[in-house]
Amino acid sequence: MGSFEKKIEVFWDVFYHHNGYDKVITGLQNTLMIAVIGLIIGIIIGTIIAIIEVFPKYKRLPRVLNSICQVYVGLFRGTPIVVQLLIAYYVVMPLLGVNVPPVNVCIVVFGLNSGAYVSEIMRGGINSVDPGQLEAGRALGLSYSVSMIKIVVPQAIKNILPTLGNEFISLIKETSVVSFVGATDLYVAFNYIGSNNYEFMVPYIVMALIYIVLVMGISLLIKLMERSLQKSDRRN
Amino acid sequence: MIDVINLNKKFGKLEVLKNISITIDEGEKVAIIGPSGSGKSTFLRCLNCMEDPTSGSIIFNGVDIADMRVNINIHRRHMGMVFQQFNLFNNKTVIDNIMLAPVHIGLSELRKKKLQNIVIKFSNIFRKNKKDLHVIDTSKAQIKKEAKENAMRLLERIGLEDKANVYPSTLSGGQKQRIAIIRALAMNPKVMLFDEPTSALDPEMVGEVLELIKQVADEGMTMVIVTHEMGFAKEVATRVCFMDEGNIIEDAPPEELFGNPKHERLKLFLSKVLS
Ligand SMILES: Nc1ncnc2c1ncn2[C@@H]1O[C@H](COP(=O)(O)OP(=O)(O)OP(=O)(O)O)[C@@H](O)[C@H]1O
Ligand SMILES: [Mg+2]
Repeated sequence: MGSFEKKIEVFWDVFYHHNGYDKVITGLQNTLMIAVIGLIIGIIIGTIIAIIEVFPKYKRLPRVLNSICQVYVGLFRGTPIVVQLLIAYYVVMPLLGVNVPPVNVCIVVFGLNSGAYVSEIMRGGINSVDPGQLEAGRALGLSYSVSMIKIVVPQAIKNILPTLGNEFISLIKETSVVSFVGATDLYVAFNYIGSNNYEFMVPYIVMALIYIVLVMGISLLIKLMERSLQKSDRRN
Repeated sequence: MIDVINLNKKFGKLEVLKNISITIDEGEKVAIIGPSGSGKSTFLRCLNCMEDPTSGSIIFNGVDIADMRVNINIHRRHMGMVFQQFNLFNNKTVIDNIMLAPVHIGLSELRKKKLQNIVIKFSNIFRKNKKDLHVIDTSKAQIKKEAKENAMRLLERIGLEDKANVYPSTLSGGQKQRIAIIRALAMNPKVMLFDEPTSALDPEMVGEVLELIKQVADEGMTMVIVTHEMGFAKEVATRVCFMDEGNIIEDAPPEELFGNPKHERLKLFLSKVLS
């Protein structure tokens, strides 16, 4: 056990005295930022796609938009996120001739990726809302989109909140690949600490613990949020 | 007020409405009765194009609203609809249920006028004969305030003002349906369409809802009401239509239709529902 204590000492030394904590904080910030902003972008894109998918298709425009959405969802669900990151960073960016910091690229790619998944979740949520809700809105003279946005989608989001929470958790875990394009995340931070004297055991354990705490904390938040939403149903 | 001309409705191959023509005048209260599956709901839902007619015309206020090119939303604002399952918005409080559509429509009209004024002002720069601006005599806050006052007045009328800020899930069926009715009334409709408004209610709540509908009728509202309540149809309707297999086969004042039914099918139907 003595050697394990030694390893902890070595870890603490790099973490505390050699700016290791700085890297960890940056990594944690990036991880959370990519996941949070990614999810927000994902919810916006996913909602739009889901509305297009359930929109009545008498006219041409909704049909064309729907096909575009299907291609988009197919592409992003059909490839691993690492591949999407690499393509965005090493193919799309040079072709467009722009130079964007890796973290921003990651945010956009995670947002687009999550949009494809959230659209499926949202569609399920929208279909789970009683069709009478939409009818009542339409009967009052509200347009299809207004009825969807004001009445159906809020109820759909409430129905799928737990599922969206899971999407957020998997986004957090998936951020561990952003180092492929040179963004600093928790993995990069702890890898840096470990490679200082080739002692990886403790850094990786701590990294795992941080992920676990993050995920458990978020699960708890989601539970609390669900409970308070249910209260609004019963409030007198 | 509503002219239905050669209305047909098919669901796939199933012919649900077969060439129905009927004129509903202002102030009439038309009860639609008939066996299950005869097309009563479909007929009612065609009147405000919740179902698009397969062919035929629905002339409302001089406009054929069955024409797919008209903006149906504008016309629906003048036709209130009440559903069997109430369909209050679950994510809105009672008062927000009532205010939602009036506020949204008020605000979007205000926005449209403001936008048009900008365009007019701009193009007036190049015009010799200046065009007049829209008069804007209201504001966002005012629209909301008026909608709220109107909603509260309606709630007081049905004695549910203390429920203004609760969610629908806490209400009884009778309360929900009465709120659904005043939600429709808040739009100042010219006609009200009811689809079996009391069928989903516990028996002890039917009375309060029928009472409210009767009040609205007595105020002169034009109404079309699909109902299984023959007593109510007799009492309130000025005209009763019997539907069978997608046709209106008898159309007469209630005394005549119930007292002296002509068609065999109607006699059979009445003997079943009145016994
Ligand atoms: N959206 C739909 N798609 C397919 N068929 C439908 C649809 N709506 C109604 N129908 C069919 O049309 C026929 C008439 O239905 P409708 O609901 O108008 O009858 P109804 O007279 O209102 O009956 P009830 O008294 O049971 O409410 C039925 O055979 C029904 O199955
Ligand atoms: Mg029906």
